[in-house]
Amino acid sequence: MLRSVSTFFQRRNAFYVSLLLVPPLLWLGTVYLGSLFTLLSQSFYAIDEFTARVVPTLTLATYRQLVTQPANVDIVVRTLLMAVAVTIACAVIAFPVANYMARYAGSKMKALFYVGVMLPMWFSYLVKVYAWRLILAKQGIVSWAFTSLGLQGALDALLATPVVGGPSLASSYIGMFIVFVYMWLPFMILPLAASLERVPASLLQASADLGARPAQTFRNVVVPLALPGLAAGSIFTFSLTLGDYIIPSVVGAPGYFVGMMVYQQQGTAGNMPLAAAFSVVPIVLIALYLTFARRLGAFDAL
Amino acid sequence: MTAAIELQDASRAFGAVVALDRVSLAIAPGEFFALLGPSGSGKTTCLRLIAGFDRPDSGRILLEGEDVTDIPPYDRNLNTVFQDYALFPHMTVAENVAYGPRVRGVAAEERRRRAGEMLELVRLGSYGDRRPAQLSGGQRQRVALARALINSPKVLLLDEPLGALDLKLREEMQAELKGLQQRLGITFVFVTHDQGEALSMADRVAVFSQGRIEQLDTPRGLYTRPRTAFVANFVGSANVVLGPAAERLTGRSRPFAIRPELIEVLPAGATPAEGTIACSGTLEDVLYHGASSRCHVRLDKATLLAVSRAESAAGAPLPPQGSRVQLAWRPESMVHLEAG
Repeated sequence: MLRSVSTFFQRRNAFYVSLLLVPPLLWLGTVYLGSLFTLLSQSFYAIDEFTARVVPTLTLATYRQLVTQPANVDIVVRTLLMAVAVTIACAVIAFPVANYMARYAGSKMKALFYVGVMLPMWFSYLVKVYAWRLILAKQGIVSWAFTSLGLQGALDALLATPVVGGPSLASSYIGMFIVFVYMWLPFMILPLAASLERVPASLLQASADLGARPAQTFRNVVVPLALPGLAAGSIFTFSLTLGDYIIPSVVGAPGYFVGMMVYQQQGTAGNMPLAAAFSVVPIVLIALYLTFARRLGAFDAL
Repeated sequence: MTAAIELQDASRAFGAVVALDRVSLAIAPGEFFALLGPSGSGKTTCLRLIAGFDRPDSGRILLEGEDVTDIPPYDRNLNTVFQDYALFPHMTVAENVAYGPRVRGVAAEERRRRAGEMLELVRLGSYGDRRPAQLSGGQRQRVALARALINSPKVLLLDEPLGALDLKLREEMQAELKGLQQRLGITFVFVTHDQGEALSMADRVAVFSQGRIEQLDTPRGLYTRPRTAFVANFVGSANVVLGPAAERLTGRSRPFAIRPELIEVLPAGATPAEGTIACSGTLEDVLYHGASSRCHVRLDKATLLAVSRAESAAGAPLPPQGSRVQLAWRPESMVHLEAG
């Protein structure tokens, strides 16, 4: 009986595959893509100024509002700059760690590193964000450490930097940047380590054998071959920063970010079209970023 | 004359495993030298020490008389063809070949010209724009050769260069490598586990076993005068007859080796030629190899001997399996081995 069932599936491969794929595809197609499409269509609706009701007639007024009001443009630029800075910092910090994990660590050390990198992801996101607010606060451990080491002046100078500085780390963009980098670093390290592990050691030896110094081997062989991992990791760090609304509302300067704007417009303000238009911003930026990464050849080695 | 490469008492251990045990050897300039041995015998470790990918725990490595033990690979005037070819997948064939000059700061125009010349040398002139993934195994091997030769090294190291190729391609590449080495006149050192390859290509062969050199000799010397049972067995599979059996056959207990093709098979009743050593046994099986046949004969004195008989050999055809036969060989065909 069982045998005839398996024979049946074996002979009708297409039927078997579709049986497996239809439920998830239905979910993805209707629930996920459907709601995304509904959201996007909302951004083309207008809102009645007096009744605050959504008027279902197609208009570009919301987008006009998004790109012409300086406050809204500021929010988009601020979010974008933060996402770029966080992505670059994550890449710079993650590369040596990932390279060590992939190439130099023994099996025990490697396991330790993988656990160490993933461990913070097992704890509540909110707990970590609030913990960072305390760590970075005016009377927090960071400022205490600076003072005990007699480096109070250095911290004050850092906080005196225009725009990114502030009264304390917890209420400056520098602090927000630190928390973002901390939060998304594992998402950069893991894909990067995976792609570095796939680079055969013989390629590095061949490069040295042909006369390349370690820095040249790194630039000409390691980085190009790690690009797919770097691209994957940066998609995480970039898009997670673009969409996040909790970190900017708990840590950092009072300026709005895209995620906060979406949250506020669809919640308290009840302006669904503007919230929808703001949520289109990360999608567009990530699409642009992917096109850019593709141009650079980040996916050639895939 | 200064040796192109010299190892002095080089040792290397990985944990408890001794990969190389106080090995000394000198390779002459322009020599085609083979490091032969089964896997784990130390031949690849030896090559890696010469290339500089690994450092000896003790001992020294000299290139043209200069101590390079502590010099990294990028400052050694030699190049390597890797077993897996190690072509850079993100570069075209021409970029791969031009990599050496590129990292040494040669101008783009000049290195393009030289890469083109090297690709002509390995008969891949029109393949410069392809990616390594678009080439066959034999073509990749030739790209690896061109890339290693573009820096005009004094020494070319080859790590199992033909291991990944099929038989026909392997034979072609053997001839090509040999021709290339004679044309360029540089020292070739190649690692192989294939004794046929070592014998047919090398000027001299070092046979490795358990981290030591068992014998270092010309191919003919290794084949006709193996010093130990290991070499006799590994190079061209001789019959190795040990103590007790040797005593029963020759009256002396010293172990000896004899090549299968130097033993004559005679019918049971025939008279062996004057001065030969003869013994009788049973023909157990016959394996047909085309140019020759290989027979296994169980001697009455309890030893199994392999006999190779050329198909073109004169005389009566082989008797059927299971029949009684006589074997005969000249005493000078036996090679006495070192005990142990």
